[in-house]
Amino acid sequence: MQSYLDTRRRPWLVWVGFALVGVSLALLPFALAQIGTTWVRITNYAILYVLLALGLNIVVGFAGLLDLGYIAFYAVGAYTYALLASPHFGLHLPFWIILPIGAAVAALFGVLLGAPTLKLRGDYLAIVTLGFGEIVRIVLNNLSRPVNITNGPQGITRIDPFAVDGFSFGTYERFLGIEFSGPIKYYYLLLLVALGIIVVNLRLQNSRIGRAWEAIREDEVAARSMGIDTRNLKLLAFAMGASFGGVAGGMFSAIQGFISPESFVLVESIMVVSMVVLGGMGNIWGVILGAVLLSFVPEILRWTVEPLQEALFGRMLVEPEVIRMLLFGFALVLVMLFRPAGLLPSAVRRRELAERAA
Amino acid sequence: MDTFLQQVINGLTAGSVYAVVALGYTMVYGIIQLINFAHGEVVMIGAMVAFTMINALAPSGLPPLAVVLIGTGCAVPVCMLVGYSMERLAYRPLRGAPRLAPLITAIGVSIILQHLALMIWSRNILAFPQIIESQTYFIAGAAITTVQIAILAICLALMSGLAWLVYRTPLGTAMRATAQNRQVAGLMGIDVNRVIAATFVIGAGLGAVAGVLFGSYYGIAQYTMGSILGLKAFCAAVLGGIGNIPGAMLGGVLLGVMEALGAGYIGDFTDLCRYGWIAGTIDACRDGGHFILAGSNYQDVFAFVVLIMVLVLRPQGLLGERVGDRA
Repeated sequence: MQSYLDTRRRPWLVWVGFALVGVSLALLPFALAQIGTTWVRITNYAILYVLLALGLNIVVGFAGLLDLGYIAFYAVGAYTYALLASPHFGLHLPFWIILPIGAAVAALFGVLLGAPTLKLRGDYLAIVTLGFGEIVRIVLNNLSRPVNITNGPQGITRIDPFAVDGFSFGTYERFLGIEFSGPIKYYYLLLLVALGIIVVNLRLQNSRIGRAWEAIREDEVAARSMGIDTRNLKLLAFAMGASFGGVAGGMFSAIQGFISPESFVLVESIMVVSMVVLGGMGNIWGVILGAVLLSFVPEILRWTVEPLQEALFGRMLVEPEVIRMLLFGFALVLVMLFRPAGLLPSAVRRRELAERAA
Repeated sequence: MDTFLQQVINGLTAGSVYAVVALGYTMVYGIIQLINFAHGEVVMIGAMVAFTMINALAPSGLPPLAVVLIGTGCAVPVCMLVGYSMERLAYRPLRGAPRLAPLITAIGVSIILQHLALMIWSRNILAFPQIIESQTYFIAGAAITTVQIAILAICLALMSGLAWLVYRTPLGTAMRATAQNRQVAGLMGIDVNRVIAATFVIGAGLGAVAGVLFGSYYGIAQYTMGSILGLKAFCAAVLGGIGNIPGAMLGGVLLGVMEALGAGYIGDFTDLCRYGWIAGTIDACRDGGHFILAGSNYQDVFAFVVLIMVLVLRPQGLLGERVGDRA
């Protein structure tokens, strides 16, 4: 069996594998739609989390800067989209213009956050980024007076869906005899964006920049003495991570059609950090795995814990939401204690850990 | 003038509580260079336990002071136990690990504690029963209540007690030695693990009292109160110079006062109608109206702004990090 799957002897097997994954990803939404369109939506949110986790992975996994306020960039992207494509200001720009703007604005915020904090060591950075995330949320919450910019806690409603020349992603459509619902169309768009970001990540990881980040993560002083411009590269990590968050935020805005500061609370930041940590900091596939696993957890809990408690005790004792957060907490602690490199460790981390054990 | 004095008094009260919480952060940081993210949750658990006891005992007819003391007396050991177990289970196994590892477990512990509290006490807000009759005194036009005086006195007592413990007792000497150099302290016959555990336990005990004080000052306790209080206390610790005990005290009090003054005056300062040349261009300013850019609803932002400014301008904090003094 082993020799049949040996890709070194049968290089074409890799392409068979790619094709299999591709076909199953392409068919997935239709299979899910059989169970219920809700599941397609849940999958879409899972892909959004994959985007977020990949963005954060650049900051945490590649460059080793723990960012606990990452959701702020998501918020910046989401609000940029919402303000430029909703009746709130009466602006309705097309999405291919707004998404790059959102990415740029988020990157700008990333640099704004990064610039004063780069001198700080990891743990200080964590707190400052956490504070930054809270500041962004509080400002969004209060920026409805004296000039109404964000509409405060009520949030912004009736945000435009993505649309290209009358082809809207929000509506139901029949194409080539196959029925495409709104969520299914978004699924393909999200998948495309996710693939793009995965490719960018893979290329980054082994590039000159990626290796420089790795060097900074391992030993900043050594990296600097090797001629790496640590300041600019750390800023770049912040900006790139932030811009991915901004793109994800813009898509979230369009898919959801409604946003409010409630969606960008600290818990969300911690959730994305958990995904990166659980999956394996620095390993792209690990991070994707972590994001998919953790974003399906609440749904799985909703379908298992509630009926189970009803059956056992006759009523609900513990809300699924609480169990989910407890699971996150325990996942963070247990992963750090027993599998510090995550479920799928990156090669470098694995090497480090082997050295430490020896 | 009386607004100013009033805000200073309110700020001092809140600030002295921040200072006591900040001590918990700074002691742990001084000794093992870990930001104990979960410390705010320990404070919250202290407040919740005490409030539950106080509410249960309030109708019993015991004297109010005794009720509050019993409540606090229950909260302190519970928090000490929580502090000890988290050190033992979540931090000690990671002592040799990269710095990011215990920081992430600390976040995990904080989530776990917060949601355990949610399971036990639900989302409801626990109210402080009206058993203490608070009297109000007036000093130069500013009001100060007996509760505020009591909080100030207790915080002062706690801080002096801690200072005595750290600088005058064998345990304190051991703590300072461990903070300076863990390995050498171990070679000198100090049981480093015990000293670190003791630091966590003392910090948690202080946190429990601070939780009760904070809760009784605002009259309420809820499972979410720990995170924002913890963050502010951490900002206070950084402001004073993290790892430095007098620094945490100074930082806490300063932060409280700055926050109160900021919240009191930001509305005035950002009222564009006060500034002649801009006011002319804004319609809302006619007939003595206001055009306030940022009001006291931004109060929670101050702590973070202070934190970022300190880290940029003077990362070692106000009192610096005198290495010999970290404990």
